Parts: sequence; structure tokens; C-alpha cells
Amino acid sequence: MTTDDEPELEHEAAELVRPYVITNGRDLLDGSEFSLITLVTVHADPPRTKPLDPEKVRLLELCSGGFLSIAEIAGHTRLPVGVVKILVSDLAREGHLYSRAPIPSAQLVDREILEEVLHGLQARFG
Amino acid sequence: MGSRLALDDGVYLRNSVQTAAKILVVGHFAVGKTTFIGTLSEIPPLRTEEVMTQAGAGIDDPKGAPGKTTTTVAMDFGRLTLSEKLVLYLFGTPGQQRFVQVWEDMTRGALGALVLVDPQRLDESFPVMDLVEHYGIPYAIAVNHFDGTPTHSLDEIREALDLLPETPVVTCDARDQRSSADSLIALVRYLQSRLN
Repeated sequence: MTTDDEPELEHEAAELVRPYVITNGRDLLDGSEFSLITLVTVHADPPRTKPLDPEKVRLLELCSGGFLSIAEIAGHTRLPVGVVKILVSDLAREGHLYSRAPIPSAQLVDREILEEVLHGLQARFG
Repeated sequence: MGSRLALDDGVYLRNSVQTAAKILVVGHFAVGKTTFIGTLSEIPPLRTEEVMTQAGAGIDDPKGAPGKTTTTVAMDFGRLTLSEKLVLYLFGTPGQQRFVQVWEDMTRGALGALVLVDPQRLDESFPVMDLVEHYGIPYAIAVNHFDGTPTHSLDEIREALDLLPETPVVTCDARDQRSSADSLIALVRYLQSRLN
């Protein structure tokens, strides 16, 4: 019954996309300021810039409807997460996109978030 | 796909949402992670891919280049808006040791993990539990009951998995929303208890 449960699918990246082309040859470094759950959307007032790469245009179109996480952008565009992080990072620096401030990583904050998660789950499914 | 026109209204987060939190749903292959996420998610589960550089087996060449291959690993995830301000993401994470890079990205900022286990294949859960413990992610065990599964007592499962006394063990049916939500609630209560 769980044949749909196959997240371990693995294949050569080259068969999927050419990430190095999309990112203009830059490395897929992690440790960027964006995590899987960083929430981003477009600026209401986009800057005037030279024409953007098609992948960036596509990403901006997707993000123009509201906030989405980096993971969701990757899911909808079918681009690898590492590529999305680089594209979003570029677009944010150029003033096209902005993100919600990341959560300060402190236990104090966790306490509040856990409380809210618990109440939310109970309200929704209780 | 990428076009906004192809996406319906439920795709985007409410504008009021300020904070995103993350809980991992981990377990061995075909244990029911994707089913669990699909049962609870408010959006159809999505799949992301991480590109990884993988060192060739047994090769430890200081010059680097030879023996490295690039592979991708896919992860399924879902989303639950839990208040005006908070959204929770559930990430289904594969449990193989060789996906260590993925684990570093996945575990960063995760509140905790729900480890799904199949009572008929308990031993297959060991590698994923080793990983969760290695990254210091607090976790609860949810025993996913399939049809016709012989029922072990939770105490037997606790013993077989060599759990700490405080680690919660609950049963769930990953196809059932209430049951799946209850196991997440058990995890969150446990995470709260650890802060006190």
C-alpha cells in the first residue's frame, strides 16, 4: 500500500537539469541565508533591471501570488533546492524579492512556537 | 508548473503568516512517510530535490576531483497553516546514511522528528534513528499500523528499539487524519516537556 512512499529516488543530476547553467556556473553552496522554510515573495515595486534569465522570470511569476517557502518554490518549479536558493538570493539582492525575517534560533522562541503548534493542531484536528 | 495561472488560490500562504516551523517525518523506505504527510497537509504534497556531491566509495583523495559524483535525493513535504501567524512544514526525510548533506539542511531549525516505524520491520528503523540521534533532534516514535499487522505491545517495541524511558511511543494510522494529528501532538507535547 505504500508504493507512493518513495522519496529516496535517486538519480544523476545531469539527467534532470543543468544546475550549473542556470546558476551561471556558480557552485551549489549551502550555508546561504535561505533555509528550506524561508518565506519569500515579490516586492510590490520591482526595480528596473536589465532583462532577467528565463528561470528568474519564471520564479518571479510564481512568487508574485504571495508568500511561499523556498521548498515550495523548488517543488513548483521542479528545480533543485540548491539552485532555487541561489536564484532567490540573487533576486533578493537585486530588490525583486524579500523574505520574512528568519526565526531567531533560541529556545525562548521555540517555547512560543511549540505552544502555537500545539494549539493549532488541536484546533484543526481536535 | 511555474506559471501562476496554473496554481489555485490555496497555493500561497496567508499574508499574515510571519513564522515558519518545521517538523521532520522520518523513517525507512516505504514506511508511510508520504502517506502521513499527505493525510495532514493542506496542499497536495510537493517534492523537492537536493543536489549532492558524493565522494566515491572508499576514495579519500586530498586532491579531490576523482571519484566524486553528483546525485540528487528527493524529499516530499506538506504544509499546515496553524494560526494567522504560523505555518508548519512537514518534511519526509529519507533515512540513508549516505544522504548526510540532506540531513544537515533538513535538521537545521527543525523542532523535532516523528519517526515512523513498521512493527514488522523494526530493525530497518535503526539507521534512521541513529541519524536523528546523531543530529540531536528530539523525536517520538509513531508505530504505523497497516492492515493485518500483528500487533506488538508498545512496550515490546520500546524495548526492541532501545528507547529512552521518556521517548514517547504512539500508534497511528498514517491514512487517518485524526490519528496522524494525534501522533504529532504527542511529539509536540514531548518537545514542550523537554524545555521545562
